[in-house]
Amino acid sequence: MDEATSGASHPLPARSNRPRNPGLPLAPGWFLGVAVNRPAAERRAATLVARRSLKKEHQAAWLLNAIRCMDLTTLAGDDTEARVERLCAKALRPLAAPIVAGLGLEPGEVRAGAVCVYPTMVRAAVRALAGSGVPVASVATGFPAGLMPLPLRLDEIRHAVAEGAAEIDIVITRAHVLGGAWQALHDEVAAMREACGPAHLKAILATGELRTLTNVWRAAMVAMQAGADFVKTSTGKEGVNATLPVSLAMVRAIRDYGDRTGHRVGFKPAGGMRTARDALAWQILMKEELGDPWLAPDLFRLGASSMLADIERQLEHHVTGRYAASHRHAPA
Amino acid sequence: MPSVREALALLDYGPSPESAADVRAWLDAHAAGFGHFIDGAFSPPGATFETRAPATGEILARVAEGTPGDVARAVAAARRALPAWSGLAGHDRARHLYALARHVQKRARFLAVLESLDNGKPIRESRDIDVPLVARHFYHHAGWAEVLAEEFPGQAPVGVCGQVIPWNFPLLMLAWKVAPALAAGCTVVLKPAEYTPLSALAFAMIAAEAGLPRGVLNVVTGGGATGAALVAAGVDKVAFTGSTAVGRAIRRATAGTGKALTLELGGKSPFVVMDDADLDAAVEGVVDAIWFNQGQVCCAGARILVQEGVARPFAARLARRMARLRLGDPLDKSTDIGAIVHPVQLARIVALVRQGEAEGAELHQAACPLPERGSWFAPAFLTGVAPASVLAEEEIFGPVATLTPFRTADEAVELANATRYGLAASVWSENVTVALDLAARIRAGVVWVNATNVFDAGAPFGGWRESGFGREGGRAGMRAYLRPAPAGRPGREEAALPPPAAFPGGEAGADAGIDRTAKLYIGGRQVRPDGGNSWGVSGRGGRLAGHAALGNRKDLRNAVEAAHAASAWAGASGHGRAQVLYYLAENLAARTDLFARGLAALGASRVAAAGEVAAAVRRAFWYAAMADKFDGATHATLSGHVTLTMPEPWGVMGIACPSEAPLLALLSLVLPAIALGNRVVAIPSQTGALVAADIYQLLEASDVPAGVVNLVTGHREELSRTLAGHDDVAALWYFGPPAGAAMVEAESAGNLKATWVATRRRDWTGPAGQGRAFLDAASAPKTIWVPYGA
Repeated sequence: MDEATSGASHPLPARSNRPRNPGLPLAPGWFLGVAVNRPAAERRAATLVARRSLKKEHQAAWLLNAIRCMDLTTLAGDDTEARVERLCAKALRPLAAPIVAGLGLEPGEVRAGAVCVYPTMVRAAVRALAGSGVPVASVATGFPAGLMPLPLRLDEIRHAVAEGAAEIDIVITRAHVLGGAWQALHDEVAAMREACGPAHLKAILATGELRTLTNVWRAAMVAMQAGADFVKTSTGKEGVNATLPVSLAMVRAIRDYGDRTGHRVGFKPAGGMRTARDALAWQILMKEELGDPWLAPDLFRLGASSMLADIERQLEHHVTGRYAASHRHAPA
Repeated sequence: MPSVREALALLDYGPSPESAADVRAWLDAHAAGFGHFIDGAFSPPGATFETRAPATGEILARVAEGTPGDVARAVAAARRALPAWSGLAGHDRARHLYALARHVQKRARFLAVLESLDNGKPIRESRDIDVPLVARHFYHHAGWAEVLAEEFPGQAPVGVCGQVIPWNFPLLMLAWKVAPALAAGCTVVLKPAEYTPLSALAFAMIAAEAGLPRGVLNVVTGGGATGAALVAAGVDKVAFTGSTAVGRAIRRATAGTGKALTLELGGKSPFVVMDDADLDAAVEGVVDAIWFNQGQVCCAGARILVQEGVARPFAARLARRMARLRLGDPLDKSTDIGAIVHPVQLARIVALVRQGEAEGAELHQAACPLPERGSWFAPAFLTGVAPASVLAEEEIFGPVATLTPFRTADEAVELANATRYGLAASVWSENVTVALDLAARIRAGVVWVNATNVFDAGAPFGGWRESGFGREGGRAGMRAYLRPAPAGRPGREEAALPPPAAFPGGEAGADAGIDRTAKLYIGGRQVRPDGGNSWGVSGRGGRLAGHAALGNRKDLRNAVEAAHAASAWAGASGHGRAQVLYYLAENLAARTDLFARGLAALGASRVAAAGEVAAAVRRAFWYAAMADKFDGATHATLSGHVTLTMPEPWGVMGIACPSEAPLLALLSLVLPAIALGNRVVAIPSQTGALVAADIYQLLEASDVPAGVVNLVTGHREELSRTLAGHDDVAALWYFGPPAGAAMVEAESAGNLKATWVATRRRDWTGPAGQGRAFLDAASAPKTIWVPYGA
């Protein structure tokens, strides 16, 4: 299909119109000598959150920001268009009206960062979000395992883009990382990037299956060299999904890539994060290790759904001083 | 407070203060001033001094200034409490220590807030590090109390302990001192630091709440004069943590008193970053090293050494990380850097940094705004620091590191060891081969591999050189509060010996055989004494037994140099050293008649002489056996960490032998020392000096490498004084009269060498002449931490 036409018919939201990461040929010298010391990363991850505390209005603001950066996601075998439409409605009105008012905000001022669905659900999501500016993200490339022939995976990307997805969450071939086939990994992601056309590419590393933080760091660096706009931890389907130590390794790779190229690459932890506390922890990680630009949705997304319910409860508590019950809030 | 919308625009952290209400209420309740805690009760305050909050300068409380009379009353109370406390079953003491641990946890937040108020350290540190480690220390030592009888058979508590602690970790240092003392059955008089007395007073109240018997723990507050009074008081042991200057003064003050002494002093610890290190991990290590507790940490990694290939990117990362540190209100939960403890300390930091800059160093300092009131110093590091700069040598004790590039691992070791201190080191490399090599070669009591400032009650902590001696934590820490239980009547005191007469005029010898020439033995060679003098040694019936070489200070200088040159001995395997010791035993047995005749000529009975030689053969076997069995431990500390202790030889040791048993005593002292890799400069028995000539022939015949054992005969007291004052001798054992022991302890304050003095005769053929105690004294544990995780 014609990428230019596709791009024109599905304009990207303004906040994503930053310079994209063009990538570069594989540069093994940037990553082969790098090793990540796991105990040290775990120690940093553990103390990082203990070193910072957010109270009252500040905590409320950070929780709102988490919603702004949230990819509300449904990736289940029993997804239906109606289910997706309900999720989209929640993306547009993630908080009950009294909470929004109580926080001193306008209705509709706070929205989710995106809605993330399977390719066959993109059309329904685009329809539900039409005119809102909230982008639709689609997983592709044989999600979650990615073990489909490459041409089919690329076709899947093109299909999702044609359906209106502004962001494509691809999965990498884990075997390339485990076997050290860095050129193959680079070629694969670069081909996917090309297939994405104007849509932004988020590269899911499936870190729970890469096992070591050194693998994670190197895979993130290769994905960025291949032109990924975001690197993302997990599909949500691995045994271990987003963790702070893994995220630490990835954001440090992002920082080093930025130091070398001047390009900012986004970060998306996904899976396993359920609480408002998690939402704060990952934002603290971004602020401390990468800085304030990575607290905005063009460079930071939280791949989570159930987290929103907990955030909504916390924000209601902030407004009313009473502890909240989820059944009094709209489900996602 | 901004609106949510404003906060959302900024996404800053905002204030997050921990409440000090409970602590304030406690301080208000004691607005009249705190007295001392003596014999289970608080005394009226009397004359007081102020303790202030470093963050604001406000007065927190008035605290009693301890007088010598207060100290004497506290020591008397501790003395009265000692029999009952030390007489308790281990289990009963364990219950008390367990209660202390529990009560610390019940008061955890109160103690953390109080500590942060009085000291200025961030609440995150007092809450997450100090107080949990305090509780852990009491739990661990509750365990030692429980198992003391089985784990330390034949040991008894040292007695009443005077403990003087610093202001940088007031409550944690209290725990490090008090917990092992109480576990061992000692009673305590503790003097907290003048700047930070409050948490010790709160702890005294907690101890009372927990039902600790009165007099077991006493707290006397005050300044340096109070501490000096405690050191001078009738205590059996002094334990001190603080500056090297004060430690040196305490060493002199306790010299010859018979008081046991442990010192945990200053440091200038190296932080070595190899080019294959995880640089981000190492940067975070610096944060946990020199920017922990405002750099007021004796083991802080203050000298960052970075391999040249990564020096630039490392400095860039360090600067970027430093810029994110938050300085301010210690009670704010988002604070990384709190206040400097006192304006005096701040002035010292500022002066040292200014002097360093004047010497050409470049200051890189975080641009964080400083509060208007209180004592603050923004985190910093310095580059371009010459090795001779004041910054490279002096302990700054502030949040300031130096950054120095190096080329090779060998150079890193050389730079790391170029210091008067030897407390801790941190080594960063992803290559375990390289990292453990550095850990082995850097002279420090604690080495962290890919980590820093990791502590646990089960792992010994303590230093080498001018960082002091003695260990805290684990089995080694318990030993510092125990001594052998008295067995039988004590031996007679060693007699002082006059200088030998270096002039002719004595009697003729009895034997008409060929004249023997007894020389000194230095660097594997028989050498004539530098002074060109000998003296007549009396033998059986007071008649001349022969002439011994009269060594002097130059001979000792040469001997120490020769001993240093024999450093390869320390690198030999335990098995290799055992082979030499076994061979020595074999050759000694073959020379039984020769040695027995020599001893008999010096006055021993024929039976005694034969017995002494036979015992010496067994002794050589015993230390040969132990050479590959005195082998350290792994400790059950934190999960995911290998924590090792390895007994490390001191290096070059001096040994002044007693008069008695000239062969057996000398071998009983020299063999354990060399079995562990030390090189020895020994002063053989002055009255039995002629044995030296037979011994060095034995050493030569037994392939003892040149310089490993050096024998300098002469006047024990004069030669001991020279060795005690020699800065390149790491440890000195002295067996002689009390006056000599006092002299040795006082003179050794120069380089704070470890000393072992014994003034009473012992039965060298029995258990008193052999055992693990000798090996313990011939070494100090090096603790190595290696966190792991693929």
